[in-house]
Amino acid sequence: MMKCQKCNKTATFHITELTKGKPEELHLCEDHARQYLTTQSDEEPAVTPSLAGVLAHQLAVGQTAEELARLDQRSCPVCGITFYEFRNQGRLGCPYDYVCFMAELEPLIVNIHGETDHVGKISARYPEGTEHRTQLVRLRREMKEAIDEEDYELASKLRDEIRKIEEPPKKK
Amino acid sequence: MDLNQLVTTSGEWLRGSGPESDIVISSRVRLARNLAEFPFIGRAGQQDRTEIESILRDSIMQIQESGDLEYVNVNELKGIDRQFLVERQLISREHAESEGARGVAIARNEQISLMINEEDHLRIQVMHSGLDLISAWEQIDRIDSLLSDIVNFAYHPKFGFLTACPTNVGTGVRVSVMLHLPALVITRQIDKVFRSLQKISLAVRGLYGEGSQAMGDFYQISNQITLGKTEIDLVKQVGDIVPVLIDYERRARDFLVRESHENLHDKVARAYGILRTAQTISSEETMHLLSSVRMGVNLGLIDDLQIPLLNELFIHTQPAHLQKLRGIELDTADRNIERARYLRRHLNKNNGDESGKN
Ligand SMILES: [Zn+2]
Ligand SMILES: [Zn+2]
Repeated sequence: MMKCQKCNKTATFHITELTKGKPEELHLCEDHARQYLTTQSDEEPAVTPSLAGVLAHQLAVGQTAEELARLDQRSCPVCGITFYEFRNQGRLGCPYDYVCFMAELEPLIVNIHGETDHVGKISARYPEGTEHRTQLVRLRREMKEAIDEEDYELASKLRDEIRKIEEPPKKK
Repeated sequence: MDLNQLVTTSGEWLRGSGPESDIVISSRVRLARNLAEFPFIGRAGQQDRTEIESILRDSIMQIQESGDLEYVNVNELKGIDRQFLVERQLISREHAESEGARGVAIARNEQISLMINEEDHLRIQVMHSGLDLISAWEQIDRIDSLLSDIVNFAYHPKFGFLTACPTNVGTGVRVSVMLHLPALVITRQIDKVFRSLQKISLAVRGLYGEGSQAMGDFYQISNQITLGKTEIDLVKQVGDIVPVLIDYERRARDFLVRESHENLHDKVARAYGILRTAQTISSEETMHLLSSVRMGVNLGLIDDLQIPLLNELFIHTQPAHLQKLRGIELDTADRNIERARYLRRHLNKNNGDESGKN
């Protein structure tokens, strides 16, 4: 069992804090976690909603270390980012993450915005604008991996698929 | 774009005109957008970044609005030129300090800038002098719509426009006004005002995005929430609070004039005196003193200075501007001497003598 960093109780809260871009792992008991999270919000009045703070709050609520570990390993099939990487960096990897991590992101989004549904400007080009084209993100990644592994046959197959999806080049 | 042409002017946001411009410096709207067929910047490789830059650059230069847009390759700029664009609020500090393929398209009048490969693939900014949020929104909305016809912005019917950070998702819009609030600072009411703004989901930052103690008493108020409200509601949310803050600031100024006129006049006159005679002066002290002088001019305590000149001094005494105006790179100590010299030259030439009128 992991001990709290501030006392000898069991650490039940595992918080990732972003300080100057460097992720820092904190393991705290319930009392110290609460103390930590409340002083945080007092010291730096949330200039923009502190994503790290919201993430920490959200993930701390009743989550066991094992559950967190399992969630952390999930990855996006399109860009390959794991949920752990997102928690650490506070930035998503690709547009498809909003779909594949939707269950995890929704409560986070409610925390930040108090809402989950967009009511503003509508994209004129949805759905072919996004759904179809996120495939390109995956194909490009797979092609790069194929090249890295010197599997040029696969790479050229992927290149053809990419060309099919891409629009004919616009004239300059 | 020849940055040296910009140096001698003061930029849109300090032009010093527009409605309520004694207190409201500028109105700004920003939009975050990403191309659907690329990963977000954090997972984009060099190849991706280069392609994103070239697609967005070509598209931006195609749209009608950009008759007078010029493209600056930020990756190839010298450090001092990147800093210069930050001081003018044409690019963000993060954009200046990051690495790899990136750039910015800037309108000649500096009202429009489009940053490519910032935290999102595209950050559009429209900035107007004074209190002018609605027309800034209308202008950015038009640019966004024109671009949407050419490129595929990442969008989801439930979450709206998709951004690298979930704090910007939905509209992707950040509406802000920059206010000059020296009297609220002097009367120590500023913290109270800001705490009440945060309760209604408005964020407060300093001039260049820094935290609590803002440079030169300039504060930016902006929306925190980007999802679940329409763009126009967000524009109104920020816009509606501005008259309230203007009223607070005016009342604080009235209070100072009424209750401690000598102290106020003394503070303003001393600030003016130091700026006109100092031999070496830091950027922070300059901002602080210029703020007092600016309020003094607005209250009629100084009558031989104009707001546009003061606004110009705010920006021309910033480190990168100072060095570009001088034409050489200077270390901190030399900058402080050059800054003092610049201030003396510009503040003493108006009335020809060294003794300020009172
Ligand atoms: Zn503890
Ligand atoms: Zn992804």
